[in-house]
Amino acid sequence: MKIITCIKQVPDSEAKVTAQNGQPDWGGATLVINPFDEYAVEGALQQKEAQGGEVIALCIGPESAKDALKHALAMGADSAVLICDPALEKLDSQGAARVLAAAIQKIGGADMVIFGRQTLDGGTGLTVSQTARALGLPLLSFAGSIKVGGGRATVERVIEEGKQTVSASLPAVLSVVQSIGEPRYPSFMGIRKASKAEIPAWTLSDLGLPAPAPVVTRSELFNPPPRNITCEMITGDTPEAIADALADKILAEKVL
Amino acid sequence: MKTWVYIDHFKGDIVPASWEALGVGKGFGPVTAIVFGAGVDAVAQAAFEFGADEVMVADDPALADFRVEAYASTLSALAASHAPHLILLPTTTRTREVAGMAAMDLNSGVITDASALEQSGGVLVATRPAYEGKVIEKVTCSASPQFVTLRARAFPKPARETGRSGALTKAAAVADAKTSVEGFAAAETNVNLADAGVVVAGGRGVSNDPGLGFKLIGELAGALGGAVGASRAAVDAGYIPYAHQVGQTGKVVTPDLYIGAGVSGAIQHIVGMRNAKLIVAINKDAEAPIFQFARYGVAGDLFQVVPALTAAFKKRLGK
Repeated sequence: MKIITCIKQVPDSEAKVTAQNGQPDWGGATLVINPFDEYAVEGALQQKEAQGGEVIALCIGPESAKDALKHALAMGADSAVLICDPALEKLDSQGAARVLAAAIQKIGGADMVIFGRQTLDGGTGLTVSQTARALGLPLLSFAGSIKVGGGRATVERVIEEGKQTVSASLPAVLSVVQSIGEPRYPSFMGIRKASKAEIPAWTLSDLGLPAPAPVVTRSELFNPPPRNITCEMITGDTPEAIADALADKILAEKVL
Repeated sequence: MKTWVYIDHFKGDIVPASWEALGVGKGFGPVTAIVFGAGVDAVAQAAFEFGADEVMVADDPALADFRVEAYASTLSALAASHAPHLILLPTTTRTREVAGMAAMDLNSGVITDASALEQSGGVLVATRPAYEGKVIEKVTCSASPQFVTLRARAFPKPARETGRSGALTKAAAVADAKTSVEGFAAAETNVNLADAGVVVAGGRGVSNDPGLGFKLIGELAGALGGAVGASRAAVDAGYIPYAHQVGQTGKVVTPDLYIGAGVSGAIQHIVGMRNAKLIVAINKDAEAPIFQFARYGVAGDLFQVVPALTAAFKKRLGK
C-alpha cells in the first residue's frame, strides 16, 4: 500500500492573525502542520500499519515548510517531498490541485492520497476534491474511519445529516476528519530520523508545469470590526430567578 | 448576468441556505435554479415557489444518491452548453465538492463561504473569512462561470409564494459516479448547525453526568428550535458525536443566539462561534475565557441553570 498524504503549513490556531497593509500577519507565531492534516498523517499511518507499505508526505510551500514535513516524518511517514517555487506564492485552490496532481504522478501515483478536511488559512476546503478531479480518481471525503480490502476502500463519512458508508475502488483520494483518531505524538526515534532527513524540493520545472495563473485572487484584506462587548453577569437567589432574568434579557434582544 | 443557483438537498431535504442563494441571485436578474437527484419534482416546485424563473432538472436514478463525480459532471456539462456567468450555491460539504470539481472541468474557480457579494465596476467581489475568521478578505474570480458558495444565514431568505410556477427544463445526467453508497445512519439530533438560528453548546462542564448534561442542553435547544453543539473537549471525552463539534476542527456557526453551557471558551471553540449575534455563557468558573466574548453570563451550575432556563423560555414562548 503506497499512501501519499498532502499537508500544509499554517500559523497556529493560537496565533493572532491581523491584516497589515493588505497582507496577513501573524507576528512571530509558530507555523505548524495544519491541524486537520495531522489527522491525515495519522490516517495514513494507520493504513500503513494495517496493510503494510509506505507513507509519503507532500507539501506545497516555502523552504521553511520543511518543518511541517519533518513533523509528518517524526510521526512515522517514510519520506517527504516539498514543492517549492517562487511562482507558487499566489496560488488558488485550482492551481494547488493541479500542482499536487502533477507531483503525485511524478511520485508514481499511490493507492491512497489522504488529505485533511481543509486548511486553517484559506479554509476553502476545495483542494481535496479538485485534486481528485485532476487525477480522475474517486473521492471519499470526510472519512471518520477507513477500511481497505479487495482493492476497495470503504469509509464512514461524517456529514451534516449523519453517517454515510461509501466505498470506491483504489486508487482513491480521501479526506479524513477528527474521528479517525488522535494524531500520534512524534517518537524520540522519529524526531531523530526527521532531523536527519533530506527532503527534496521540487520546482515547477521539475514537474513540467508552467507557472499557474490564479483565477481566484484577493483584492483586499482587512481586520473585522472590533466587538466591544462587556459581559453582563446575571445573578439571583435561585436558579429559577437567574433563568427568569436571563430569559427576559435574551427575549429583549429580539434574536428569537 | 446569467445566474444559476444550485439547490442543495439531501434525500429531498432542501438545505435552507439554497433559498438564501436564490434570493441573492434574484438581485442580479432572472435566475435558473439547478436541481439534481431522482424523484425531485417537489424540490423543483419549491424552487419556483422561492422565486426561480426557470428550473433546470436532471432527474435520473444515477443521481439518486449524492455522488460528487456525477453531480459535478452533470453541472459542468450543462454549464459548458448554456454558459452561465455566475453559479451560486449554499455552502455545504456537498457543494464545495460539486463546485470545486465542476470549476476544474471548466477551467474556472470557486469562492467559498461568501458573506457578502457586490458588483463593483462590472466585477463581482465576494467577502469571505480567512484564517478562521480572524481576518476578512475580498476576492474575485476572473474566469467564467464564477462559482460562489454563500455562507448560511448571511443573506435574507426570500418569501415563499405557494403555487408559483415557471419554465421547467429537463437536463441529462452524466452518470460517471466513481463511488458506491452502501449505507446511511441519520444523526439522532439536529446537527445542521450551519442553518441553525439558535445553537446551545455543551462543554467539559457536563462531565459530572454527561448523559444528563446533554439531555438538558438538548431540551433547551428544543424549546428554542435550535441545534445542539459541543466543544472539542466534550467530543474528545466521548460525551457526544463529532458532528456536533463547533470550532476549529468542527463547524463554524453564525446563529442569532449561541448559549454555551459548561464551555470554557478555548480559542479553538471561539473561532467557531464568535460571529453569533448574541452570545450567552453559563459556566461555574466566573473566570472562564468565554465570558470575554459573551453579552450575558451566568456564573453557575449548568445542571441547575439550564433546566430552569428551559422552563423560563417555555413559559414565555407559550410552549
